[in-house]
Amino acid sequence: MPNLTQACLALLRRDLTLALRHRGELANPLLFFVMVVSLFPLGVGPDSHILQSIAPGVIWVAALLAALLSLEGIFRSDFEDGSLEQLLLSPHPTALLVLTKIFAHWIVTGIPLILVAPLLGVLLHLPSASMGALLASLALGTPILSLIGAIGVALTVGLRRGGVLLSLLVLPLYVPVLIFAASAVSDAAIGLPVLAQLYFLAALLALALTLAPMAAAAALRISVS
Amino acid sequence: MDSSPINMSAAAQALAPDCFEAIDLHCVRHDRTLFAGLSFTLLPGQILQVEGPNGSGKTSLLRMLCGLLLPAQGSVRWQGTDIQDMRHEFLVDVAYVGHLHGIKEDLSPRENLRMSQALGRPRAGIALDEAIKQVGLYGFEDLPARTLSAGQRRRVALARLLVLDARLWVLDEPFTALDRTGKALIESLLETHSRNDGIAVLTTHQPVVLQHCTPLSLQIGA
Repeated sequence: MPNLTQACLALLRRDLTLALRHRGELANPLLFFVMVVSLFPLGVGPDSHILQSIAPGVIWVAALLAALLSLEGIFRSDFEDGSLEQLLLSPHPTALLVLTKIFAHWIVTGIPLILVAPLLGVLLHLPSASMGALLASLALGTPILSLIGAIGVALTVGLRRGGVLLSLLVLPLYVPVLIFAASAVSDAAIGLPVLAQLYFLAALLALALTLAPMAAAAALRISVS
Repeated sequence: MDSSPINMSAAAQALAPDCFEAIDLHCVRHDRTLFAGLSFTLLPGQILQVEGPNGSGKTSLLRMLCGLLLPAQGSVRWQGTDIQDMRHEFLVDVAYVGHLHGIKEDLSPRENLRMSQALGRPRAGIALDEAIKQVGLYGFEDLPARTLSAGQRRRVALARLLVLDARLWVLDEPFTALDRTGKALIESLLETHSRNDGIAVLTTHQPVVLQHCTPLSLQIGA
């Protein structure tokens, strides 16, 4: 009988191998993230008070856009070469295979964002007190971005020019993440407790983890038919 | 649209639990009816060749048969149950090779086949290298599929039939891009499959020559 754990591990390994063989593409969203954030001191001016107050929002908006930029990669190439059909024809639960693919996508796009964010925080004079909140909010928030984004990609992957539609579909759903994450970071900067916002992000993550793979699987089924 | 159903008696159906049936299938694509009222029954060991002009719905039919496309009306049954009600049990038994090869260009044939095996039910007693050798890709097993020719990529996709233990093969134009030995290879695969009580449905415009059995023929959209 087919083994689900083996299938998921094999899929994870395949997606990571493919990502490694396209290292150039991998760096694009990350460079985009760094560039957008570093444009702000140039545009707004080097006043540390202004930069400090806009830092949480800037970093998070840039993270949203960078995530959006990388989303297509979750299913696009699989759709074009027929691997997606084979995935849907696998006897394993499609939602779990989709979740595996989203996880692989988060590893290659989300984790680098988290790692580079503190540097950008320093660039924007973010006080060290809020670094913990920044990291925690990114660690909880970026998987949500990948999960919600996967639904949007699954819906638009069959369209020839799905890019704009994808951002229109996905960005409104990113709003709660942005609100809670940015407020956690700015509250931490002035010494307020941030657990409430982080708990809310964790709840959103739990919700997205359970529902998004199923929605994405259903959307993929529509997209290939 | 006319179709030629392949009939069999109810008694014979009861004797063959592994039969694969299409019942009264209707296909509507973009508000156009491609075929309607299409029915057939396949018993273990039977091979069905679907023929019809371009745009008659052959690919749509095959996608319906493996559950990728929902029929506008009618049902597909495997072992007497609608495939929508037993997705897991049905899909374990299906191997589909479509227009798109379903292989990753940046992975080698070996990595591609390993992935296919992980996603389905691997066939016992055949090593990956053995399968690669059988489809004539010996020496190419570790090159990225991107560097292979169209026919060789087709062979990688067809090697899935060897490494998966599937009783139902659904092949969409399997002879495309293949040379004469490639065609003979598929014919021999089909023959072995038929002898092992497998069922296959394929579309092709070329005659399929099998030694031990004659493929049934289904005309759609004529």
